[in-house]
Amino acid sequence: MPLGKPVTVQAVDGARAFRRRLLEMGLVPGTPVRVVTVAPLGDPLRIEVRGGQWSIRRAEAAQIQVAPR
Amino acid sequence: MTAAACHDTGDTAPSASSSAAVPGRPQLVLAGNPNVGKTTLFNALTGSSAKVSNYPGITVESVRGELTLPGGRVADLRDLPGTYSTNARSAEEQIALDALIGLPDPKNPGGIHAPDAAIVCLDANQVARAAYLLLQCQELGVRCVVALTMVDEAGPAAPDPRKLAEVLGCEVVAVTARTRRGLDELCAAVDRVLRSERRATWRWQPDATLRARLDAVRAAFPDDWRAARRYGAELPASDDAVALWGLTCLEPVTGGPDDDELDVPAAVRAAVVAGPPPRDDEAVLGRWRWLDREIPPLITQPPDHSRTERIDRILLHRAAGFGVFMAVMTVLFMALFWWAAPVMDAIDQGFKWGGDQLRQLLGDGVFTDFLVQGVIGGVGAVMVFLPQILLLFLVLGFLEDCGYLARVAYLMDRIMRSMNLHGRAFVPMLSGFACAVPAILATRTMERRRDRILTMMVVPLMTCSARLPVYTLVIGALIPGPRWVQALLMVGMYLFSVLTALIAAWVMSRTVKPLKAKRLPFVIELPPYRFPRLGGVLRMMWGKSSMFLREAGTVILACAIALWALLYFPRHLPDGAPDYDALIARAPTEDARTSAVAEKQAIQLEHSYGGQLGHALEPAIQPLGFDWKIGVGLVGAFAAREVFVSTLGIVYAVGGDADAGSEPLRQALRDAKRDGKQAYTPLVGLSLMIFFALACQCMSTLAVVRRETRSLRWPVFLFSYMTVLAWIVSFCVYQGGRLLGFG
Repeated sequence: MPLGKPVTVQAVDGARAFRRRLLEMGLVPGTPVRVVTVAPLGDPLRIEVRGGQWSIRRAEAAQIQVAPR
Repeated sequence: MTAAACHDTGDTAPSASSSAAVPGRPQLVLAGNPNVGKTTLFNALTGSSAKVSNYPGITVESVRGELTLPGGRVADLRDLPGTYSTNARSAEEQIALDALIGLPDPKNPGGIHAPDAAIVCLDANQVARAAYLLLQCQELGVRCVVALTMVDEAGPAAPDPRKLAEVLGCEVVAVTARTRRGLDELCAAVDRVLRSERRATWRWQPDATLRARLDAVRAAFPDDWRAARRYGAELPASDDAVALWGLTCLEPVTGGPDDDELDVPAAVRAAVVAGPPPRDDEAVLGRWRWLDREIPPLITQPPDHSRTERIDRILLHRAAGFGVFMAVMTVLFMALFWWAAPVMDAIDQGFKWGGDQLRQLLGDGVFTDFLVQGVIGGVGAVMVFLPQILLLFLVLGFLEDCGYLARVAYLMDRIMRSMNLHGRAFVPMLSGFACAVPAILATRTMERRRDRILTMMVVPLMTCSARLPVYTLVIGALIPGPRWVQALLMVGMYLFSVLTALIAAWVMSRTVKPLKAKRLPFVIELPPYRFPRLGGVLRMMWGKSSMFLREAGTVILACAIALWALLYFPRHLPDGAPDYDALIARAPTEDARTSAVAEKQAIQLEHSYGGQLGHALEPAIQPLGFDWKIGVGLVGAFAAREVFVSTLGIVYAVGGDADAGSEPLRQALRDAKRDGKQAYTPLVGLSLMIFFALACQCMSTLAVVRRETRSLRWPVFLFSYMTVLAWIVSFCVYQGGRLLGFG
């Protein structure tokens, strides 16, 4: 995920429970996402999804496939 | 109303219900995402009737209150843990789900009822995500009323309640808990819903494959899983929803910390694992497709987050963010370490004074000693924690309420993650420098049981303030050298504790099965900044503190009395001992009298059960360089580490009021001889400090861990691993030091 650029979720990979949790929180294909900032120590990321902000670890964000909007 | 039935007997009598639920009253639940003002609404609805307690078996708080409906009818309202979905894997989410569908719980027969209605909080800023939970509740067949919260914050971004109600198929009431706006309308809506039988339908249709799986799982349901029993009405859609939950959440895996919370009939589990696990996409994407079609037209304007954005630009800034973070944590630490101290001293002095008054009133005697030293001393041992606990929960409540606690986790996650700890474990670890007891209570800010327990297992390793007097005494008495060397050693003990805590977390998360990291996403919401509400913070502070007094306090008190008896009885002096009473009576000077009293106390302590235990311990602790006198000190220190100092004071006949700075006690330690040689070399001092750094010499910590984990397993594990670790490291230090020619 590029920093600051608005992108769109294409697919979510990963283990079932992990993947379901992200989907249920609204990270479904077609949803716009943006990485707002990176934490001072380089991880986790602060992302904006559906008007809310979450903290998500890099390794976990890597499971989300995105395409530029 | 349907009472949840006991699993074994099929007993459906309402009298089997838990004591908290009044039979005959409508049972309501309050559900919603985290950070949507759910608790504030709960407090506004129930007023002073709210009661905080714990769900049986786990540390998830159950809050119940009473709600008065129009016409004076009283309903029970339960505040459920905040959750994004009912597809539970963690114990916390399981609670929310159990409460919504009313599945029987064999561990708590009759304790869970299917609710007669649910109030679902919808954040006006986050309607779609909050409505996802509502859809799940509706699929389960729960009659719902929506409380639209944060309307004032959302301003023009809030959807029109009437249009939202049309779309969602249930009543929607805009509420502002602070001004009580909309609360009466909400109660009226609940009352209407309780009188109607209207339930919403599914917003998506399962395909043929999933349909067949749902039917197969449904067929395996025992009677008390069916809607006919849970809700008292035939609701095929509700049974389908429970079957879908089973297909989603029950995996063939067994074991693990979360799985033992799920108690599912074997037939249901078998039906679930009979086929391949269905993809979750159908259900989840089905709901989101509906939401993404229906909700956006209602939102005319995106919510304004510019204030939060501006604040975060500073608070999460690379440099400034860390500066503010350090400042906030310093204030928290100062509050626990220094500001609480005078109050704790005052409590200590107050109980001493009360004890003295009682002694004067009753005169000396065994019963007086029991009351003064055992009971009053024990109550004092509990009460002395109160200032730190109140302060910690006050600060935590404010930080949580205004939204900063989630940012702490965001800032510290990188460091904590490397030890497989949750980002939120930082605050409990820091609080551990003051005292492990409030620190363990602070682990409640983490949602997952596994994260909480792992943090509880390492927090007692941090250098708490009760270790300070021990270190001060040992360094002052036994470690030679200039002041700066002594100071450096003290700093070294702090660093040592941080290091061991982090290493212990790393090792345990890889070796202890229930503590192994699960592949659940570490996704935490960073809620918008909000002004904290003093009333809510104070209420939470008091609720949690009084729960500590009630539940952990009683255990600590019992242990304190037992320990007092151990070090007090038997009272008779050994044969051949001088007649101390006569010596005391005939003492020519005040000094001679005091020393005779101290000698009598020393002899009595040596021959008490605790003293005998110290003797018995000697072979075990001799390889660490300790003698039986230190053994007695260790027994006494189990009440609280600082008691080690006063116990040694009695053993060395310098009096029980000796403190860490007492020069006679330090001299006595330096002069102590064993086999004609110096008993306590600097190496013994070091070994002793290492032992205190690592051993779990604290009954209060164990009592709180037992209470927070609701099991004996974890306190026993904590005590065992820390004691074994302490013994091994002290052994290595002492024997290694001797091999190298020290001491």
